[in-house]
Amino acid sequence: MERRWTLYDPRLAWMLVAPVLLLLIFFLVLPIAVMAAYTFFTFVTAGVETSALTTANWHEFFTDSYYSGFLLKTLRVGAITALLCGVLGYFPAYFIWATTFKHKWLLLLLLIVPFWISFTIRTFSWINILGEQGVINVALPKLGIINEPLPMLYNEGAVILGMLHFLLPYMILNVYVSLEGIDRTLISAARSMGCTSAQAFREVTLPLSLPGLAAGLLLCFVLAAGSYVTPQLLGSGRDALFGNLIYDTIMGELNWPMGATLSIVLFVVLGFFAAIYTRYMGMSQIVKGLAG
Amino acid sequence: MPDSQNLTEAPRPETAGVAKAGAARPAPVGAEANSPAVEFRNIDIAYGKFVAVRDFSLSIRKGSFVTLLGPSGCGKTTILRSIAGLVDISGGQIMIGGQRVDDVPIYRRNIGLVFQSYALFPHKTVFDNVAFGLKYRNVPKPEIKRRVGKALEMVRLPGSEKKLPSQLSGGQQQRIALARAIVFEPQVLLLDEPLSALDANMREEMRVEIKKIQKETGITAIFVTHDQEEALSMSDRIVVMNAGSAEQIGTPEEVYERPATAFVADFLGKANMLAGTVSVSGQGTATMVLATGQTINVACPRPLAQASNVTVVVRPQKLSVGAAASANRLSGRVVSASYLGGSAIYEVDIGGRTNIRANASISGRVLREGEVIDLGFDPEGCVLLDESGRRIS
Repeated sequence: MERRWTLYDPRLAWMLVAPVLLLLIFFLVLPIAVMAAYTFFTFVTAGVETSALTTANWHEFFTDSYYSGFLLKTLRVGAITALLCGVLGYFPAYFIWATTFKHKWLLLLLLIVPFWISFTIRTFSWINILGEQGVINVALPKLGIINEPLPMLYNEGAVILGMLHFLLPYMILNVYVSLEGIDRTLISAARSMGCTSAQAFREVTLPLSLPGLAAGLLLCFVLAAGSYVTPQLLGSGRDALFGNLIYDTIMGELNWPMGATLSIVLFVVLGFFAAIYTRYMGMSQIVKGLAG
Repeated sequence: MPDSQNLTEAPRPETAGVAKAGAARPAPVGAEANSPAVEFRNIDIAYGKFVAVRDFSLSIRKGSFVTLLGPSGCGKTTILRSIAGLVDISGGQIMIGGQRVDDVPIYRRNIGLVFQSYALFPHKTVFDNVAFGLKYRNVPKPEIKRRVGKALEMVRLPGSEKKLPSQLSGGQQQRIALARAIVFEPQVLLLDEPLSALDANMREEMRVEIKKIQKETGITAIFVTHDQEEALSMSDRIVVMNAGSAEQIGTPEEVYERPATAFVADFLGKANMLAGTVSVSGQGTATMVLATGQTINVACPRPLAQASNVTVVVRPQKLSVGAAASANRLSGRVVSASYLGGSAIYEVDIGGRTNIRANASISGRVLREGEVIDLGFDPEGCVLLDESGRRIS
């Protein structure tokens, strides 16, 4: 016998999802599609291109080692940043999880407080700390520790430092959420069977928090490799990343087809890493981390 | 963590590969060979201002199966956790195998723990889970393999070494947890409501299994539950707990047949409590008038003052129905009747807004709601409680 009714109307589901779907189509999928189309347009001169189809942009990207060098460097800086985030972020996360302090929410709130200040201003603040007239370079000579101001700004170290500053909370939250998901009786069980607390950490806590650490690493890597403002403000021309290259190509050279090509390259490369992660670890970890 | 200064210390090297539970350490001076497996001496446990356990004393014989039974919040789990060292006691002493363990950290107490939530390591195979305790006792690898295999056979899950806990059912997971807790032959096995997460059929099967394994291994087991059936069917002794202290300690028969307090009578098996006053009290027997008006004769261990208030505790199974109800006849009307196949449970209004429960085998037909019913019980088939709710003895 055919059932004449359903528990819920499938049309309702579509209606509810429609606004988001439309938003995504018009403001994400379509723009990316336009960009993808632009990569096959012909560059004539600064600010002028024709819709005559060509593979010249792609050819240039794949043959000119300037671009691949930039890409590799960006991935390297992103990887270093992510790894540093992992090392530096795990401990605060563990501390917040393990503390017997009653007001844990306060510690978590402190993690989010920096987000209340504009990201650009937070990045600028490093100039006042590391710069030639910054706090350190003014204080240390006065204390007689150094004679010459230290060249701390406008190098790769400053760029990585700036990115650490903005990415650490993401890492800490990711790790914290996965730690919070561990059943604490597992640790009691391990301890009762003869583990010291360090051994219980190695046997239980660390392995079970690895998914959160991995999610944090990916998130930090993608955000660092895709960053543009931090290297622009804290790095010299040599420390520019792929994002800055795209900016220069589009806004400086006014070469939209090449800029579009580079954008799609970065999109595909970072998307590739995200896809690998999703395949093996599951996207839910990231979502959990962000929701944390 | 309190023992962080001991991070690098190897756990209990002296127990490496020990074969017999209880033989783990050489008996220290003063500890007799046949000292109790676990002994509580006037322990108090407080969380801040809240006192969870008050002046609790108990001595548990080696190889026995002792159950801490009580409603949630009575302190039974807290006591169990204090043996393992998962909670600190604020007063008194705990001895394991005749040795004080107040300062012994959890990982050196040589205790097997089974949790309600199984607490199997989800990222480790069954083999690695069961081998865990042996690994930290520096047992050589071939020996670990042999003993894990033996433990898995004991819980009737041989060959499951390579599986992950998530591939097992709840009952199977709890068996693995049991194997994991007994494989290193701990001095005491602590079971914290291990059956509560299982469904009814599984629970009964596991009940038998746990008891069987405990007997086979001769391990001392302390079992925590709020389920009276589990307690009655499995235990050598039951500690009935209420509000942080022990109400009664005794064999299942003792606590069921001769409840020491009104709480025990009510918690175990929902006894009928009939209020009454003593009219005549002689040697070994007393006549009393119930609040509902009936006069009954009861066996009484000592003469009672006339007109003193007494509560008569009668188990539903001790009430006979119909023609079988010869002594102490109480008549009433059936409020509800539940047919259970071999027997029936009647809820009977005997007047004075008092309902009593009778669980009687069926002779003839099951009486229906509203019908008149005769109930009776032997003068010996009841327990008397004094005004403060304690058994008159």
